[in-house]
Amino acid sequence: MDPTASAGFNVQQIREDFPLLSREVRPGVPLAYLDSAATSQKPTVVIDAMDRYYREMNANIHRGIHKLAEEATLAYENARERIADFIHAPSPEELIFTRNTTESINLVANSWGRAFLKAGDMILLSEMEHHSNLVPWQILATHLSLRLEFIPVTPQGLLDQDAFQDFLEQEPKLLALTHMSNVLGTINPLEDMLAKAKSAGAVTLVDGAQSVPHFPVDISTLQADFYAFSAHKMVGPTGIGILYGRRELLEEMPPFLGGGEMIKKVELRSFKSNDLPHKFEAGTPAIAEAIGFGAAVDYLSRISMAEVEKQERILTGYALERLSGIPNLHVLGPGIEEKGGVVSFYLDGIHAHDVAQILDSEGIAVRAGHHCAQPLHTKFNLPATSRASLYFYNTPEEIDRLVEGIYKAKSIFD
Amino acid sequence: MEDFYRELIIERYKTPHYQGVLDPNDISYEDDNPACGDHIQIDIRLDENGVVTEALFSGEGCAISQASADLLVESIIGKNTEEIKALGKEDVLDNLGIELGPVRLKCALLPLKVLKAGIYGLGDQKAED
Repeated sequence: MDPTASAGFNVQQIREDFPLLSREVRPGVPLAYLDSAATSQKPTVVIDAMDRYYREMNANIHRGIHKLAEEATLAYENARERIADFIHAPSPEELIFTRNTTESINLVANSWGRAFLKAGDMILLSEMEHHSNLVPWQILATHLSLRLEFIPVTPQGLLDQDAFQDFLEQEPKLLALTHMSNVLGTINPLEDMLAKAKSAGAVTLVDGAQSVPHFPVDISTLQADFYAFSAHKMVGPTGIGILYGRRELLEEMPPFLGGGEMIKKVELRSFKSNDLPHKFEAGTPAIAEAIGFGAAVDYLSRISMAEVEKQERILTGYALERLSGIPNLHVLGPGIEEKGGVVSFYLDGIHAHDVAQILDSEGIAVRAGHHCAQPLHTKFNLPATSRASLYFYNTPEEIDRLVEGIYKAKSIFD
Repeated sequence: MEDFYRELIIERYKTPHYQGVLDPNDISYEDDNPACGDHIQIDIRLDENGVVTEALFSGEGCAISQASADLLVESIIGKNTEEIKALGKEDVLDNLGIELGPVRLKCALLPLKVLKAGIYGLGDQKAED
C-alpha cells in the first residue's frame, strides 16, 4: 500500500506535471531526485509561463507606453501580488524582487545594516546558518566593527533556548535566523523567538529558503521585519527571489543598487529614490523569472501548502524509519516532530562523496558535502554528510531505492 | 560502478600502505578541497641528490582522494624532484585506473596538487637561499 495515499492527492498525477522526473539518468536507470533542498524540479505550467512571456509579450517593464510593455508590466506586477498573497504579506509593495535569498540578505546587510548599525552593535545569528546568512554579516561586521554572536545548536540539533535568552539580555540590534536548517532539517520555533527578540528591541530577519517551499508561512503572524526566500526551491525558476520587508523599515532604508527604475528624479549630482518596491529594483529585472515565480506559487496554492507539508511529513517519517534500520548509519538533527524533509546522514567508514557517487550510479540524486553550512559540520566534527531532501513529488519507492543504494555502498566498502 | 570502486581503490582506502607523518622531513605540505572537506598532507625525505627516500601521506576524505594519495606517494619513492615535477593528471589516473568526472577529478588530483606545491615550495626556498 502506498503510505502517502490520501484523498485528493495523487503523487503519480503530480509527477506527470514535472517533465524532468520521468527521465532516465542513464539508459535503463530511472531518476530518483532527492536533492530538492538544493533546487526543486519545475512543473510544465512554470516552464510554459516563461516561454509564453518570451513568445507573446517580451518587452521591458514600467517604461514603455506600447501594448507589449503594458502587458509585460502587468504580468510582472501581478506575479508580485500573487507571491504577496501566498505568504500573507500586508501589501505587495513590501516585496522586493531580488536574484535569490542570498541577494535578499545582502540587500538588508548593505542597506539597513550600513545605515542603522554602528561599532560595537551586536548581531545575533545561530550556529546552523547557511553561509548566505553568515558571510554577509561577517563582511558587515568587519566593516563596521560589529559583534557577532551565535545561538548554539544542541546535540539534538535544536537551538539552545536558554543561551538565546541570555543573548537577548545583551540587547542585539538584529536577530537573523533560518526558519528551517538545510542540513539538520530543524524547523525553528520562530513565532516564539521572533516575538521575544522584538520585545528585546531587535530587528528580525528570517532566511526562509527552506521554509516557504515546504510549509505554510504567514508573514502577518510572524514578527519578521525581513523575510527572504528563493523561487527555484519552490518549483519556480532560478535567478529570482524575494525580500519581504516591513514598510516602515524599507521606507527608511537607503537604496541598495543605483540605476534605472529605482529613481523618481535624477539630476547630474543627485537623485530622488522611487517609491516602494521599485526603490530597491535597479535595472531591468528578471521579468520572465518573476512571471515564472507567479506561476509557481499558483501551482503550489492549487495543491495547497497544507497538503505539501502533510505529504512531506509522511515521506520524512518513512525515510527516518527506513534509514534508522541501517547499521552504522547516523542521521543528523531532531526527530520528526521538529524536522522538515531534509535527512542528512553519514555512514561509519564511508565518506559522503563515495556514498553519493554509488547512489548516482543507481540514478539516485543526493547531495554530499557540507551543504554551505561548514561551521555546523565543524561543530559536529564531520567533514561531510550525505543529504536526501524530499519534496511533495517524491515517493516511498524512491526512499526504498535510496535505502537499497546505501546497502550497495556498504557492500562495496565492507 | 564496480569498476569505479575497483578493488585496488577500496583496498588502498581501507588499508593504505603509505599513511603516516615523517618528522623530521625535507618537504611537508598540506591542502584541502573545500568543496568536500578532503584533506591531504604529504611528508617527504630526500637524499643529498634530491631523490625521495621516504614519503608518507596523512589526511581524511573520500576513497578516491585517499587511494590516490597512497598510490601517488608510492610512485614517487626513488624519483628525484625533477621527475616529480613532470608528473601530471594522467599519471594519477593511470595509478587509479579509472575515468573520473569533473567533480571527482578534484578528489583524485588533490594529492598531486599537494605534492607539487610541496616540491615547488622547496624549489623557491632554495632559490631564496
